[in-house]
Amino acid sequence: MIYLDNAATTLKKPQTVIDAVITAMNTAGNASRGAHGSSLTASRMVYDARVKIAEFFGCKRPDHVVFTANSTEALNIAINGVLSKGDHVITTDLEHNSVLRPLYRLEDEGVIKLSVVKADKLGRVNYEDFATLLQPNTKAIVCTHASNLTGNLLDLNQIRHEGILLIVDASQTAGSVPIDMEALGIDILCFTGHKGLMGPQGTGGMCIREGVEIRPFKVGGSGIWSYERHQPEEMPTRLEAGTLNSHGIAGLSAAVDYLNLVGLETIANKECSLARMFYEGVKTIEGVTVYGDFSDWNRTAIVTLNLHDWDSAITADELAETYGIATRAGAHCAPRMHQALGTVEQGAVRFSFSWFNTEEEVQTAIEAVKELAE
Amino acid sequence: MARQKKPALILSFAKTTDAMAVEKFCMTNNLPGRLIPVPREITAGCGLSWRAAPQDEELLTAELSKAGLAWSGLYHLEL
Repeated sequence: MIYLDNAATTLKKPQTVIDAVITAMNTAGNASRGAHGSSLTASRMVYDARVKIAEFFGCKRPDHVVFTANSTEALNIAINGVLSKGDHVITTDLEHNSVLRPLYRLEDEGVIKLSVVKADKLGRVNYEDFATLLQPNTKAIVCTHASNLTGNLLDLNQIRHEGILLIVDASQTAGSVPIDMEALGIDILCFTGHKGLMGPQGTGGMCIREGVEIRPFKVGGSGIWSYERHQPEEMPTRLEAGTLNSHGIAGLSAAVDYLNLVGLETIANKECSLARMFYEGVKTIEGVTVYGDFSDWNRTAIVTLNLHDWDSAITADELAETYGIATRAGAHCAPRMHQALGTVEQGAVRFSFSWFNTEEEVQTAIEAVKELAE
Repeated sequence: MARQKKPALILSFAKTTDAMAVEKFCMTNNLPGRLIPVPREITAGCGLSWRAAPQDEELLTAELSKAGLAWSGLYHLEL
């Protein structure tokens, strides 16, 4: 099988990630739940992971790195933890449901007012719209760092605004695009561990700028202040009720080591060059429609297309069954982006590339699209 | 046989990450002590504390302060 669904999850992981998970499963007790050797092994490993991830994303404090199960959990903690009745929020058409649904729920409950920056037919935003939509009670801008449908990046430098919280969904960019949250003015960075970072599923987290207060979304076991009635205020425990996924975090930690060893720029360049090779190979095939803005290759390694007017599910199934190529059809949990691109009925077929893909695989995918389109 | 108590310097912490940061720093810099469960004499947020010999107090507090590392309490106990 040729796996080109890396925007959903990277299937191929570094062997060191797999080894780290196995080692942790054999050695790690419950982190922050004791002083015996096994618990300390877990606590040390989790702490080391916090330090590495803080450095990786330019977060000043390791204790402001919070582990979650995925981006969705991180975004729910961030959105529900900072917004209050009467707040106004700005988001974009590019968003995944992990951003939209938490916001819609608060809007439906009458907690917030929501404004959405529209995307054009190429999936682009007009950055001036962010300033236009600002209101005196605007509390936060919640946006993706890159569309999971087109791969286009949002330029956060043109989005951030003094005094407004910037909450960023880095699901598609963490591990594929260098991120320095201080330089980019990000207040809360939400990431998943199993995509570009090449860690295990069930890992993710948030990096929080010092001074940003987030109410706990869940409360419970903490390993500290056990006789207190309420969840401890101290970060990161404040937002990490319950036993951490130490085994997964061990894998995530090894994944960050791998990315640092290879170099994020090297990885980003290879992923993008594979996507570019694919784009150049399919864009002129008759019957192929490619979606998104390809005027700039500072983007993530995604190429989304349709063949003729065919249902994207049928195209993806044909690619899988006849050619052994795994892609993702349908709506990609990005309803507003499909509306902007005009692909609600047809859906679209997303090809997404990773560090472990090869030029031979890309060539095979190009030939498959060519043959199918004929 | 009754266990012989020994004098100990104990540093307590508000949270686990503070304790882990101190352990990492001390191990890296060859400073004395180790993590133990918080003795019952102490009320602390974190269940971990740093145990060293009483005479290490000056060295430890100076080095930890210099590194900007936090502890919530300092105690001399017979453990």
